[in-house]
Amino acid sequence: MDFDLTEDQRLLNDSIARLLADRYAFDARRGYIKSAQGWSQEMWDKYAELGLLGLPFSEDYGGFGGNAVDVMMVMEAFGKNLVLEPYLATVVLGGTAIRLAGTEAQKGDLLPRIVDGSLKLAFAHSEQQARYDLSDVMTTATKDGAGWVLEGAKSVVFHGDCADTLVVSARTAGDRMDPAGLTLFLVPATTPGVARRGYAMRDGTRAAEISLSGVKLGADAVLGTVGKAMGTIEHVTQAGIAAMAAEAVGACEAAHDMTLEYLRTRVQFGRPIGQNQVLQHKAADMLIEVEQARSMAMLAAMMVDESDAAERARNISMAKVGVGQSGRFVTQTAVQLHGGIGMTEEYAVGHYFRRVMAFEHVWGDSAYHLGLLADQVA
Amino acid sequence: MDLRFTEEEVAFRKEVRDFIRQNLPAKTRERLRLGYSPTKQDIVDWQRILNRKGWATYKWPKEYGGTDWSPTQRMIFQEENQLGHAPEVNGFNITMIGPVIIQFGTPEQKARILPRAANLDDWWCQGFSEPGSGSDLASLKTAAKQVGDHYIVNGQKIWTSTAHMADWCFALVRTNPNARKPQEGISFLLIDMKSPGITVRPIISIDNSHHLNEVFFDDVKVPVANRVYEENKGWDVAKFLLGNERTGIARLGKSMERINYARELAREVRQNGRPLIEDAGFRSRVAKLQVQAKALELTQLRVVSKAASASDGKPDPFSSVLKIKGTELLQDTAELVMDIAGPLAMPDWAKELDSLNREAGDNEPRIGPDWAGYAAPPYLMLRAASIYGGTNEIQKNILNKAILRL
Amino acid sequence: MELRFTEEETAFRQEVRDFIRTSLPSHISERLRLGYPPTKQDVVTWQRILNRKGWATYKWPKEYGGCDWSPAQRMIFQDENLLGHAPEVNSFNITMIGPVLIQFGTPAQKERFIARCANLDDWWCQGFSEPGSGSDLASLKTAAVRNGDEYVVNGQKIWTSTAHHADWIFALVRTNPQARKPQEGISFLLIDMKTPGITVRPIISIDGSHHFNEVFFDNVRVPVSQRVYEENKGWDVAKFLLGNERTGIARLGKSLARLHDMRELAPQLRAHGGSLLDDPGFRERIAALEVRAKALEITQLRVVSKMMQKSDGKPDPFSSLLKIKGSELNQDTSEMVMDAVGPLAMPDWARELDKLSSEGSNDPRIGPDWAGYAAAPYLMHRASTIAGGTTEIQKNILNKAVLRL
Repeated sequence: MDFDLTEDQRLLNDSIARLLADRYAFDARRGYIKSAQGWSQEMWDKYAELGLLGLPFSEDYGGFGGNAVDVMMVMEAFGKNLVLEPYLATVVLGGTAIRLAGTEAQKGDLLPRIVDGSLKLAFAHSEQQARYDLSDVMTTATKDGAGWVLEGAKSVVFHGDCADTLVVSARTAGDRMDPAGLTLFLVPATTPGVARRGYAMRDGTRAAEISLSGVKLGADAVLGTVGKAMGTIEHVTQAGIAAMAAEAVGACEAAHDMTLEYLRTRVQFGRPIGQNQVLQHKAADMLIEVEQARSMAMLAAMMVDESDAAERARNISMAKVGVGQSGRFVTQTAVQLHGGIGMTEEYAVGHYFRRVMAFEHVWGDSAYHLGLLADQVA
Repeated sequence: MDLRFTEEEVAFRKEVRDFIRQNLPAKTRERLRLGYSPTKQDIVDWQRILNRKGWATYKWPKEYGGTDWSPTQRMIFQEENQLGHAPEVNGFNITMIGPVIIQFGTPEQKARILPRAANLDDWWCQGFSEPGSGSDLASLKTAAKQVGDHYIVNGQKIWTSTAHMADWCFALVRTNPNARKPQEGISFLLIDMKSPGITVRPIISIDNSHHLNEVFFDDVKVPVANRVYEENKGWDVAKFLLGNERTGIARLGKSMERINYARELAREVRQNGRPLIEDAGFRSRVAKLQVQAKALELTQLRVVSKAASASDGKPDPFSSVLKIKGTELLQDTAELVMDIAGPLAMPDWAKELDSLNREAGDNEPRIGPDWAGYAAPPYLMLRAASIYGGTNEIQKNILNKAILRL
Repeated sequence: MELRFTEEETAFRQEVRDFIRTSLPSHISERLRLGYPPTKQDVVTWQRILNRKGWATYKWPKEYGGCDWSPAQRMIFQDENLLGHAPEVNSFNITMIGPVLIQFGTPAQKERFIARCANLDDWWCQGFSEPGSGSDLASLKTAAVRNGDEYVVNGQKIWTSTAHHADWIFALVRTNPQARKPQEGISFLLIDMKTPGITVRPIISIDGSHHFNEVFFDNVRVPVSQRVYEENKGWDVAKFLLGNERTGIARLGKSLARLHDMRELAPQLRAHGGSLLDDPGFRERIAALEVRAKALEITQLRVVSKMMQKSDGKPDPFSSLLKIKGSELNQDTSEMVMDAVGPLAMPDWARELDKLSSEGSNDPRIGPDWAGYAAAPYLMHRASTIAGGTTEIQKNILNKAVLRL
């Protein structure tokens, strides 16, 4: 048990903070959103330069051999600045899938290109009908000689519009809800039959609907073992939850800081509104929930690499509930204490609010995960 | 004491419900059922239908077109409107400027303003808040100087809902900057939004919609005849307005309608391979909201019947309880609907929806079912419900001052 | 950063658990498992067992009998004690007066009190609150007037837990009523409870138990040698005491123990024709409390490890966070147990239970053993968010020290 950062981690933290302070002011971010792809290629190159894109990958592939705690730190800093680039989609989701399930050849081909910033990935798993059920997959892959043909559609795929390669789940056996019979495929986005419709999410990040129609793939497109992808899919989403939990904590902390600043400077009835004890106590409640959420994000980071799958799932669910509930409270209260200005598009606090909302609505909200935990009580 | 509805009240409810079913345009109904905001035209159409029936101004005194309904009938009427997916009448017209003119207006002002307000021939908006004057409204700075038979108005209002749709604005302005107390130097003006010198700047809110505005006044000429009540007595008018008939403030019917809607949706949506409605956690969440709605319904009835017997015309501080609990329930029921949509609530459809509103029959493919795309905006927009009209923190201060006296 | 327990820490947990299992008398663990409070004798017995092992004073500096444990070890030890249904050591002795004497005491005071304090040969209580001085402690009025080498004490203390068991009381008294600020005229005295002029009057609390007291001082003579630290500097001592090692303040183990026991108890209870554990609503309630306990556990570790690294000895304001969340969790877990038991939690067994504790009475119970004491902890825990600085005061502390609004 040790909460200290290593010297390397401290340096990394400082350099991310410096970069984002310089280049990710709220107005700069608005510019990135308005650009055609909705994020900054220049920042992406900077992340590559700083080594952030190679953080969790082994040195064998040009990475930095870091762990989930390093990713947690990056995501927390990203949350504070509401970073838009496809880091989660590429490094965390796509990268984890390849790291866990890839052959040596696949890893050797793909991971170095993630590290140098030339390859962007998206994890195309969720479907419209599935809501939060990971095994609800209707997209099919049928054998076609040595290769495969994919048919189906994927929904709300984070950064699916800009990804070079999609990690697509498809059913090679079993019925709609069957956890067995799922297979992952590496699908270059330019493959004939892949159609993408990109759009903005409510928090300003990008996502896409992806349709797959007669998409022909070679045998080497399979990632992992045919029919046995469920374990990988679960693990990838758990890594995603852990990373987004840290990001949500960063967003909560920033929203809390902004609220404190507002309470100190907003004058009504001749004095700063922060002199009202009732608002001081609300701000204290926010502080408490930020710290509780931070503890839970740490728990998630610690459990991402846990080898006992049941133990890992249980703790990640706990973190999802804890960060989700605390996050809703903190950001809702931040908007409330700001009053009208908190409701506006041109002010950052409403953006933090929506980033946390986005965290709640992916891979199961707090109610969903509380239900999973409750089932294990018996 | 009898908490049950009388036979007459039950019959009245049926009459209202039938009227709405037969007269509310289907496209309006469907838009509201899906959670979309009504368009300006939806509101105008419906308010005129109600006005023809004599129901738009039901809260007004009989001689001005009111209905003389009991407090319970009023509540039933509001509830049925909300449950039947009807737009709410323009509150600026019906609940605010109408009663103000009836109470304080000159005969000339009454004749000119009231029928057009009732029929929504004029769309009114409210110019109260300023950048530096939110909860502390009396500190407002927008200045009106009398020059001959005009006031020259300079300053800025903010959070002005629907100013971009409005024909008229009723505004609080400072006519005496040297008054002993800030409340004593304020007047209440009616300002034509087409007057030269008025600029409306949109404020886009976190649901990506244009509802709020800033309104700038740059040497705007307002005839003195457009002042309501005496000069420097505008605060009395504002207090009357803010305290007037606050029983609809809980918007309970809307919350009840959202709960019903959520139950409907939860039969369609699946979780763990079963309809969400069969999920125990979801059910208990709905049940808790239903219990809260029931408690609020009874509290509202109690406040309404007390208001009926009180004759002093003063606002009941207890209506702050209705505001607090009502807005919390609105927020929680909107959150429930959003949570049902899950990930499909997150794509931002705002632009597509606007085009749907403008040109019916828009064929833009949706992401998921129709209703999912509009599941998040009401949740986002309703964060403002506990802020506007006196934040819930201010409501608690009111309760303390008037009832607890700590 | 490494958030998992090391092998050594896991082994330490096992060692503590085994020690408790083999050393804690079974009648004590059974009483606590059923939710009864420990008797005075239970606390004395267990604290002496721990003291023989060298663990009663684990938080003290090594040279005074401390253990030099890491934050994780301290937390493990606390949790295992509570999970194992062991009584908590007398915290007036171990967390309060002991560290105060180590920090501020004269060699004579240390010699006289510290060993007896560790072994619970003297039972200490705390004389701080007064009828007019609750959250505003510094306004206290109990007066100590110097007369030769004695103080003469007059006044009244209230909410004095276990004063009726106590041999000694450490009290804040006013020695200078003219001080510029109320904090500056206060001294810290050690008072023998057998001194003539002391009257203890019980206050029965809403759970029917006798835990609190009023203590009256009527011309009570206290030797000046029993003053700790300088005259009129008692507030510094009090601040040290209140801020000292507050990491146990969350009493997390107690909440964990209840959650743990609930899983055993729930299958015996019925709801909707099945077991209470079949009720998804109840399962969600347990799960939600477990999530909160987990978050608090990690936060507590973070606070403890931060405190161990600091050398300024100042209390960490984040311990207010632990107090707030920990006391809420104590309340909510005890409420869960009471609600699980249902109607059988309502009959008032207090008197019968007292008899059981003292005489092994065989009165027939109403319902199973565990039902009779399900409500009392819930009632008593309402005090958790009041005692030791109310939750509202804790938020003021957070504001003053962290938010600075």
